[in-house]
Amino acid sequence: MVAVIDYDAGNLKSVMKAFSYIGEEAFLTRDYKEILKADKVVLPGVGSFYNAMSELKKYELDKAIKDVCEKGTPFLGICLGLQLLFQGSDESPGCEGLSLLNGFIHKLPEDKDLKVPNIGWNSIDLCNEGRLFKGIDDKSFVYFVHSYYLEAADESIVRATCDYGVTVHASIEKNNIFACQFHPEKSSGVGLNILKNFSEIDYAH
Amino acid sequence: MHTKRIIPCLDVNNGRVVKGINFVNLKDAGDPVSVAAAYDKAGADEVVFLDITASSDHRDTVVDMVRDVAANVFIPFTVGGGIRTVDDFRLLLREGADKISINSSAIDNPDLISDAALKFGSQCVVVAIDAKRNDDGTWNIYKHGGRIDCGIDAVEWAIEAEKRGAGEILLTSMDCDGTKAGYDIELTKAISSSVKIPVIASGGAGTKEHFLEALTTGGAEAALAASLFHYKELEIIDLKKYLRDNNVPIRL
Repeated sequence: MVAVIDYDAGNLKSVMKAFSYIGEEAFLTRDYKEILKADKVVLPGVGSFYNAMSELKKYELDKAIKDVCEKGTPFLGICLGLQLLFQGSDESPGCEGLSLLNGFIHKLPEDKDLKVPNIGWNSIDLCNEGRLFKGIDDKSFVYFVHSYYLEAADESIVRATCDYGVTVHASIEKNNIFACQFHPEKSSGVGLNILKNFSEIDYAH
Repeated sequence: MHTKRIIPCLDVNNGRVVKGINFVNLKDAGDPVSVAAAYDKAGADEVVFLDITASSDHRDTVVDMVRDVAANVFIPFTVGGGIRTVDDFRLLLREGADKISINSSAIDNPDLISDAALKFGSQCVVVAIDAKRNDDGTWNIYKHGGRIDCGIDAVEWAIEAEKRGAGEILLTSMDCDGTKAGYDIELTKAISSSVKIPVIASGGAGTKEHFLEALTTGGAEAALAASLFHYKELEIIDLKKYLRDNNVPIRL
């Protein structure tokens, strides 16, 4: 069972439906115990960094996330759910993220000849043999919607990058913690395979 | 590599796709789920559903459709037609729509753009503009399916929409729509060079060259067509290969 963390963040159903489509049962929850005993946990997210952190704290989900990650449960952050795992964001100065991983979220540069927000399909460059990308071709296309991007402090956790005027750290993996800036649930067959790979990852004891 | 997008548009009436579809092996050519799934397979980057239901119970049928599509199709999709309030946004986004397109309601109540953008983020707010050329070479915007001239300049309205938080502009040339003589490149260029948000060119596509022109000279980030794809006059995969061969970054 995949627990999808419910913190009133817009479009949670797409992720649930994608898991259900690949045969994984997913349920929405903000209950500490349910999250801690789930086989897998997903932190989706659309919205602003500050609002999301406030909501997470309001329901004491920040603690649940830290504890479940420490426990070794495979954990997947998607889009804003990736950003929240890090230390802070240009979007909400002064607002500390979950700080489970070291790195910062920057604003995409507006001076380049590229539109912000970045909405659309971008090819990713795979690196460091990420488990989410098992069987997935380098340069595959995935769907992004974002105005801010991750620069991880430790590049060895990066599993995919993409170029959008700057090098975007598009996916990371550290022990049992996985995250994607793009939306696997909206990335057609490639995205479904990424979710399938996630669903097949075992507990890291 | 960031890519330009090719978007089929489906007209939906009472939860059914109304234009004829020539997909092979499609059990139900009127079923939005089957049609959207077929377009996903065919290489479409997104799908737009335009709800043209006139009856008062249209909201329920749209919500049902969005729920079904979101459970079976895993590319982004936009829903437009008859969306008037932030609550309408909430309802459709919650069921799995990625973006909501608003047209007349944004003109009547521009605060809807800002309210929705603030609440759900700019990425899901698409402002659709129906523009028609004036004698002096400028364009006015029209509402209610192109029936009413709003007396507002299209470029100014696009800038206003962006300022209020729109994430994209879906730009339809009323002069070109249905002609298959090509997109209005001047209009597309006028708008895309005035805003930073992506512009989706719409209205007039007839050949591969028209797409190329809109995505290069026109400065559009995406190009939309309806009947051309539905009636298989142009295969998305062939179009995309052509665009790639002409140095347009494209997902293949």
